[in-house]
Amino acid sequence: MSLPDVDVAGAARTRHPLRWVASIVLLVLGAQLVSLLVTNPNFQWDVVGRYVNAQIIGQGIFTTLLLTVIAMAVGVVLGVLLAIGRLSENPVARAACGLYVWFFRGTPVLVQLVLWYNLSYLLPEISFGVPFGPEFVSADTNVLITPLLAAILGLGLNEGAYMAEIIRGGLMSVDHGQTEAASALGMSGARTFRRIVLPQAMRFIIPPTGSQVISMLKATSLVSVIALADLLYTVQSIYNRTFQTIPLLIVACLWYLMITSILYVGQSFIERHYARGATRNAPQSFWSFLTFRRRPTPEVPS
Amino acid sequence: MTVPMVRARGVRKHFGHLEVLKGIDLEVWQGEVVVVLGPSGSGKSTFLRCVNHLETIDGGSIHVDGELIGFEASGGRVRHLRRRQVTRQRREIGMVFQQFNLFPHYTVVQNVIEAPVGVRGEPRDQAKERAHALLRRVGLEEKAHVYPRQLSGGQQQRVAIARALAMRPKLMLFDEPTSALDPELVGEVLAVMKGLAEDGLTMIVVTHEIGFAREVADRVVFMDDGVVVESGVPSDVLDRPQSPRTKAFLGRVL
Repeated sequence: MSLPDVDVAGAARTRHPLRWVASIVLLVLGAQLVSLLVTNPNFQWDVVGRYVNAQIIGQGIFTTLLLTVIAMAVGVVLGVLLAIGRLSENPVARAACGLYVWFFRGTPVLVQLVLWYNLSYLLPEISFGVPFGPEFVSADTNVLITPLLAAILGLGLNEGAYMAEIIRGGLMSVDHGQTEAASALGMSGARTFRRIVLPQAMRFIIPPTGSQVISMLKATSLVSVIALADLLYTVQSIYNRTFQTIPLLIVACLWYLMITSILYVGQSFIERHYARGATRNAPQSFWSFLTFRRRPTPEVPS
Repeated sequence: MTVPMVRARGVRKHFGHLEVLKGIDLEVWQGEVVVVLGPSGSGKSTFLRCVNHLETIDGGSIHVDGELIGFEASGGRVRHLRRRQVTRQRREIGMVFQQFNLFPHYTVVQNVIEAPVGVRGEPRDQAKERAHALLRRVGLEEKAHVYPRQLSGGQQQRVAIARALAMRPKLMLFDEPTSALDPELVGEVLAVMKGLAEDGLTMIVVTHEIGFAREVADRVVFMDDGVVVESGVPSDVLDRPQSPRTKAFLGRVL
């Protein structure tokens, strides 16, 4: 028996008729959507255009961004500490940090916000001093806990619990051999964490943290319940007056999408920074996500 | 009076109910190259990891250059050392791992200078200069600015050796340094290690490379089932083994 002489170099491409069908269906649906957006007068695009650059909206955006940044900063710092605590050899630290995560993940963030805002019902006065002993400083809770501080506490403490789990996951993904090699070189625990483990864990921490920032951006809209004028609260207060509900919600969504897009770009930059040495290929150019590729470039087999 | 570079006395170690080391006695003198052979599971890697306290021993004692490792004995009482003190002891002992364990997010030269700069406080320029000299010595100077994952296994292990040497250790531990390598890459690593032996570095090498033991070792130690079965110059242990266990092992690997 003899085998036929074949050269696969000129092989025809596999055809994908279903892809064509799917593309046409999506195109038709997309065209319908665009036509709806343009022809339906109820969207009131003129109102959208009037409010999208309004100064009052700008103030709302500022509050939203400020809250997002501060609450995330609180969350990340807390998260690092809690993650270290949960991975520590100290059983007391492990238990305490575990309890914290359990409680703050287990209760609705809305409840936590309202609770901080209404802390004065529980504790009319907050004071510092010797436990069960004399007090040095005391203050009226209603004065101390402003809506902004209540929002930061509610969102930040809650975020800390989620960040703790993300960071713990990232730290655990770093090979134990890395810590051993650092120990064998005589590096201290703190230095090993800072220079060896954390930078490698960042690759696994950044993508879910990006999602957390985006969900924090939107979670800040919950603070409207404690009368803090963020972006959503601002548009609500306008349409409660003018009844232009849909166009004003569109204004808010456009801004949320805009900020999210900027965050997405920032995240790509950070991810590329921490991908140093992670693969055998040269790092991809930032704009590569824009280029259309028929098939992924083959990786160097390891 | 001179003390041995390493003196292990009755070293015991168990993991749960499994007794891995059942009383190891071993002395290694300054400048000596000791190759530890033995079947897998014999406890040879565990013993090596006890020498720089990556594992805490359960009994006996290990001294390196006259200093008790991991513990402190004074006035008839023995206490565990604080982590900081263990860290200080480890600076004097270099270790090379089977899996290299280079830091993937640092370039080759950054890997080599990380500990001298960060731990010993050497000036960066001076550390870099020395790093380049060490990389030249392991034949990788031109790779100084690439990341470890862009190197072959043999090259990575040579960088790992340079990284350990950068701390100027008085003792080097090699934990199966060629076991994770493709056969054609083993030779380049063994050649570097042979060079270090010739320069008089004190080395304990756990390996399966009988040829390396025969050529480079001053002494071969054969371990099995958590004890030292036989020890002596390579020609005696490898060619005229006394114990039937050594004979059986050599019969399998040669």
